[in-house]
Amino acid sequence: MIGTTGLIFNEPLLWEMGAEGRTAFSIPARDVPELPLDAALTGDGPDFPDLSEPEIVRHYTRLSQWNLSVDSSMYPLGSCTMKYNPKTNERQAGLPGIADAHPLLPVALSQGLLRLMFELERWLAEITGLDAVTLQPAAGAQGELTGMLIFHAYHADLGGPRSKILIPDTAHGTNPASASLCGYAAVPVPSGPDGILDPETVARLMDDETAGIMVTNPNTLGLFEREIRRVAEIVHDRGGLVYADGANMNALLGVAHMGAMGVDVLHLNLHKTFSTPHGGGGPGAGPVCVTRALAKFLPVPRVLEKEGRFALSNDFPHSIGKLHAFYGNFGILVRAYSYILSLGSMLEQVSRYAVLNANYIKAGLRDDYHLPYDRPCMHECVFSDKRQLAYKVSALDIAKRLIDYGFHPPTIYFPLVVSGALMIEPTESESKETLDRFIEAMRAIAREAETDPELLHQAPRNAKVRRLDEVQAARKPCLMG
Amino acid sequence: MKEIDELKFPEDVYYSKDHEWARKEGDLVTVGISDYAQDQLGDIVFVELPEKGSKLKQGEEFGSVESVKAVSELFMPVAGEVVDINGGLEDSPELVNNEPYDGGWMLKVKPAGADPFGKLMDRGAYLAMLKG
Amino acid sequence: MRYMPHTESDIAAMLTAVGVKTVDALFADVPSACRRSTPLDLPPALSEWDLDRHMEQLAGQTATAPAYKIFLGAGSYDHHIPETIKQLLRRGELYTAYTPYQPEVSQGTLQAIYEYQTLVCRLLGMEVANASMYDGASALAEALLMAIRTTKRRRVAVSRAVHPNYRRVVETYLRPTGFEIVDLPYGSDGRTDLALLADQNELAAVALQSPNFLGCIEDLQAAEGRIHADDATLMIVAFNEPLAYGLYQAPGRLGADIVCGEGQSLGIPRSFGGPGVGLFACRMKHVRSMPGRLVGRANDAEGRRGFVLTLSTREQHIRRERATSNICTNQGLCALAAAMYMASLGRTGFRQLARLNFDKAGYLKHALQAAGAELPFSAPVFNEFVVRWPRLSSERYTQLAKGGIVAGLPLAADYPELADHYLLCATETCSKADMDALVEEVTR
Repeated sequence: MIGTTGLIFNEPLLWEMGAEGRTAFSIPARDVPELPLDAALTGDGPDFPDLSEPEIVRHYTRLSQWNLSVDSSMYPLGSCTMKYNPKTNERQAGLPGIADAHPLLPVALSQGLLRLMFELERWLAEITGLDAVTLQPAAGAQGELTGMLIFHAYHADLGGPRSKILIPDTAHGTNPASASLCGYAAVPVPSGPDGILDPETVARLMDDETAGIMVTNPNTLGLFEREIRRVAEIVHDRGGLVYADGANMNALLGVAHMGAMGVDVLHLNLHKTFSTPHGGGGPGAGPVCVTRALAKFLPVPRVLEKEGRFALSNDFPHSIGKLHAFYGNFGILVRAYSYILSLGSMLEQVSRYAVLNANYIKAGLRDDYHLPYDRPCMHECVFSDKRQLAYKVSALDIAKRLIDYGFHPPTIYFPLVVSGALMIEPTESESKETLDRFIEAMRAIAREAETDPELLHQAPRNAKVRRLDEVQAARKPCLMG
Repeated sequence: MKEIDELKFPEDVYYSKDHEWARKEGDLVTVGISDYAQDQLGDIVFVELPEKGSKLKQGEEFGSVESVKAVSELFMPVAGEVVDINGGLEDSPELVNNEPYDGGWMLKVKPAGADPFGKLMDRGAYLAMLKG
Repeated sequence: MRYMPHTESDIAAMLTAVGVKTVDALFADVPSACRRSTPLDLPPALSEWDLDRHMEQLAGQTATAPAYKIFLGAGSYDHHIPETIKQLLRRGELYTAYTPYQPEVSQGTLQAIYEYQTLVCRLLGMEVANASMYDGASALAEALLMAIRTTKRRRVAVSRAVHPNYRRVVETYLRPTGFEIVDLPYGSDGRTDLALLADQNELAAVALQSPNFLGCIEDLQAAEGRIHADDATLMIVAFNEPLAYGLYQAPGRLGADIVCGEGQSLGIPRSFGGPGVGLFACRMKHVRSMPGRLVGRANDAEGRRGFVLTLSTREQHIRRERATSNICTNQGLCALAAAMYMASLGRTGFRQLARLNFDKAGYLKHALQAAGAELPFSAPVFNEFVVRWPRLSSERYTQLAKGGIVAGLPLAADYPELADHYLLCATETCSKADMDALVEEVTR
């Protein structure tokens, strides 16, 4: 067992601490006079607790120790690509000329930052095999929305707005919500018995009212959509466009060419494939790559280059508009830029090792867990709790027990096409020894499920808290203190 | 989840294929969801009901029930006008789990048409459907 | 490569276990027609040390303090950030974790977000705040969509004194579904002129910003009466400088139904415009229509206090196309920074700092006026204000910038009627000497 209990401190809520008059902030000296205030508009100020600097530091240090993270353990959360977040990236994003840059500086005073954006766009175009890129979307879901807005603008430009969008059952969960923001009705496309899209099914559903299809490739079963080119042909023949959710790009760096697959629009998650930290829920970045024909619809402003000088231009009349107040999560772009420059053409190795690691786990667990689609996987593998259910042990119990072994659980109950799914994505960051320990832990849990299911129902025991009453939390929500 | 035989299915209500029940009470029809439905959903944390006065067709969506990680739509077992809703479910959604045919009722409906229960199942037919 | 542990012998052993001969064989499912025909054409990999030099060279081209005196705000503000926040945010347990789907091993993030939600509610005077949106602009767009959902109406009114970039984002979000946006003009005092509301009906929402883009504090109390004359219409108040609520009344206490905006001011570096954090708060009665994640209290199996993600059925992964938003990843780490900042200042410090900002901007405003600049708007301001300064031609502005002074933001591009007008900002980071230097330079 890797996990063991250490000394974990209890820590109150912020407002259960402190005393009025304390502060953890160094107020600058006053060098200007006080001016009169309009009493009718002024208030008492927010009721924040007053705390000293040592109290703040200890509070957040203790809180941090209650988290499992990539820095502390393997975090095989399927679909999330929890790879190592290089420390040098944080250094670069913190440079004064980056962290302290005002977004509305005259362009002559921010040339280095515009160059960074321009180069990152070019590299992402090269990596995906598409032609033009926007870095503006703040996360994958906003990238999807950007893609749908581009679909919408494209069809409107041709004079025939469309009302539906095809979404396979193996696509990411955000896709239907993103499409509906553009008024598209989501038409589900069932995957075939082998877990991938059947072109015949797509042909049956695709019509002149359908704007296109949103495909995740590799899909959420970790399988490559082999028929993607035929699917794209069918959709294109009916005037539709192909959107690829590139959240799983970590499988395909240096291998696949999205343009050759027939993809028109694709978003990337820099916080997945390009090593930027997940930050406990964000910020991420969701750049969108498009074909040349769709470039005119990209959000503004766009970075232009002329003789080594860079400028921002809003002069794109077909543009869908803006998704962010400024240029997106620039600080995240810097980290991805730093990652690409650290690897160069070695980016290809990333996908090779990510896929090798996933297949190694698949081989190591196939005797103990049910494998609903027994095909070569890409960067993640999907098992289910089918065998353990016989002992009344569910995917949730397996996940919670894994915590006691010191690992973050995989994604569970997703994708929906697999009942009781356990979706494991190790990433390229993990060594063979760590993977061996993970496999060993999962196999031990499979044995425990047979011999001592109660142990699993009661898990975790080694974490800060036991299982929490989510039912009561939802029935009587307490959302602030 | 329980076996079918462990669940309750009263004789005095009619059942729809979507697992709602309807019971004649004077001129009105009371509507809720069956013991099987609440058992499938698990702990119910929120019930969304229509406004009083809504006129709905048979099979039309009238609201939804939520567990922690799922939402299920509710469909009218009979056509008619909603004359009352169970306000108690706002604070105590667990009534749907604990007393699906009593305290967990959802709507009182003034039925439209002569034979409101025509397309519904009696206990025997519903059990046969559940057991497949 | 130092990020990947694989040795030749590891790879050989793993391939044997998988039952294939080469790594290439694992990609057999990718048809050749879907593959690249050329290797990746990327710059050669840099060593850590060469990368440092390269990045310093790029970053070194940016104008920053202290070499430059930058009087720019307009939605991105220069405030001192305590070193504690910078260092605490670099704890790997915080920044290399993800969304707290597994609460037992995410209590640190969950309690911190619960504290953030609470502090945001206290800041804005609201009843419930979510775990964050992308930025102030998308928060406003989502607020309008939420109002459209809850009222089942199709038209919204948005003040022209709302940040122009926020308004563009709103248009982008609302255009494809055909929702109508009515522009509300600003009046001679720099506040939104609500007279137009008399001709409107069936509005889902009216959105104002305070302090608005022109720096002016809106009279929210009066606006509330006008907006809620139709009691179904939601009053949305946006902001991009929340420090103002250290001094001015919180919009929630003045009857706003949704309050949302940008929280970059709260301990987050400007970083060329992002990442910041979208703050979003509403009334408890609307919580089920709210976008974004929520953390709530829960007890564990032994009765101990803990926290979980809750009311998730609103979200995209469960309600799919009927979700309240498609947002998934948010700005968690920036929300954490904002919570640390609010806690670090406390009530006492927040008020003092807000007061100092007000006085700094007031000093500069009066100094410029004394030097001959015109102040076109009469409404009270916080740390930003507009001046009309015909003598500051665009050539002179550029020349000043080259010399190390960025004299605010020219407004003509966003407000054609405001040629010769500049939006200037002075926070606690501006010294009196810097402001005196600006006045001297622009009057020269």
